[in-house]
Amino acid sequence: MRRVVVTGTGMVSPHGADTETTWKRILDGKSAARRIEEFEVDDLAAKIACRIPLGDGSNGTFNPDDWMDPKEQRKVDPFIIYAVAAAEQALNDANWHPESDEDQIATGVLIGSGIGGIEGIVEAGYTLRDRGPRRISPFFIPGRLINLASGQVSIRHKLRGPNHSVVTACSTGAHAIGDAARLIALGDADVMVAGGAESPVSRISIAGFAACKALSTQFNDEPERASRPYDKDRDGFVMGEGAGIVVLEELEHAKARGANILAEVVGYGLSGDAYHITAPAENGDGAYRCMMAALKRAGLDASDIDYINAHGTSTMADTIELGAVERLLGDAAGKVAMSSTKSAIGHLLGAAGAVEAIFCVLAIRDNMVPPTLNLDNPSRESAIDLVPHKAKAKQVDVALSNSFGFGGTNASLVMRRYQA
Amino acid sequence: MSDIADRVKKIVVEHLGVEADKVTEGASFIDDLGADSLDTVELVMAFEEEFSVEIPDDAADTILTVGDAIKYIEKQQA
Repeated sequence: MRRVVVTGTGMVSPHGADTETTWKRILDGKSAARRIEEFEVDDLAAKIACRIPLGDGSNGTFNPDDWMDPKEQRKVDPFIIYAVAAAEQALNDANWHPESDEDQIATGVLIGSGIGGIEGIVEAGYTLRDRGPRRISPFFIPGRLINLASGQVSIRHKLRGPNHSVVTACSTGAHAIGDAARLIALGDADVMVAGGAESPVSRISIAGFAACKALSTQFNDEPERASRPYDKDRDGFVMGEGAGIVVLEELEHAKARGANILAEVVGYGLSGDAYHITAPAENGDGAYRCMMAALKRAGLDASDIDYINAHGTSTMADTIELGAVERLLGDAAGKVAMSSTKSAIGHLLGAAGAVEAIFCVLAIRDNMVPPTLNLDNPSRESAIDLVPHKAKAKQVDVALSNSFGFGGTNASLVMRRYQA
Repeated sequence: MSDIADRVKKIVVEHLGVEADKVTEGASFIDDLGADSLDTVELVMAFEEEFSVEIPDDAADTILTVGDAIKYIEKQQA
């Protein structure tokens, strides 16, 4: 199979409007969580979230007008705006702007979302009930459909290769990158713009996830302390929003045009729990098999792993993942660092796996591992370094990223420092 | 210029994001103002809303320019 490398990244996150701002604030150990002020939260169990800092585009703030005409923004859900912004950043970073028929047809898009334009669906529901079907906008459907993130990106950049999307809850971003890498490996495309986007911070999503007992509700007055993976006081995840997009490229294609190779995608594993609609199987077997499958594809041993970006949502499931990773690593556990960047930017749901894959690429680039914030009292001991509170310098040549979603859907990606 | 013409033009400017001086009575939504077929559906909905009229689909199909819209609404409200 053909080798696949990462040649560009783009990001819109609760820590900023681009990859480097986000990464710097993550390494600085900052939390993006805050009280929600944009809508009524008094009757919601969870009153906090990690929100994208909106502004005029300076100092890392996100100005949607920089990426999409206001007239177009009005027609789409915010997750599509985030995807469009992150994709343009990634294409600029990769310096890939295909103009010939051949190059446009060789470039595809695979961007997913976990829940898509859920708030826009609620609003349209009110319109339908209160004012009737003739008041439903022609942009209601194309502004909410999850695959319209891929559609919008392809239309804007004339990317005419495979146009695809993924919907696997919180594994979406990882599945999108893994599937896109496979399309390149198998020769269906030479370049893929891949990742995830999500804009879930709304009354309906918080009500829904809170009903599943998935959200933190005990730290509403101390938002920055709420996302605390592996800590004994953790009580649920903090919702985030944003998009992470990478440009993936066939190795020889990247070399031929002198692209800057950031890392190689060497492994991708998938598995299903076949257990419960929201809870992971308690023995962690799905997570274990998923990581094993990714390592096998990479041709690596567990002892080759330097850093793991955990799924680690700050729920009870954290220790199930930890157990699966310990089983995977065996005697090598003591040399591995594993952290959850959800402690800093919350859980971006369908975008989480994509931004976390990018953090793995950056950990390899900078030989830095990001911290797990708020890990004051680990709920149990582990030989694995969970990188509490502070980022640390560490040689990272191989990084693994885990994502697990509702429905028992698991994905692992393995990235390696590029070696000719 | 009639009050109806002003209100129609204001809606067109807002929905299509075009400069006000381009919104002349002879301007075609699709050919001159950059609208696509979905934009025109939404424009007709906005006219219905603004003027509390119902514009049936077969009538909507004949509203191709700013002037067509003004004339149709003036006739309905006469």
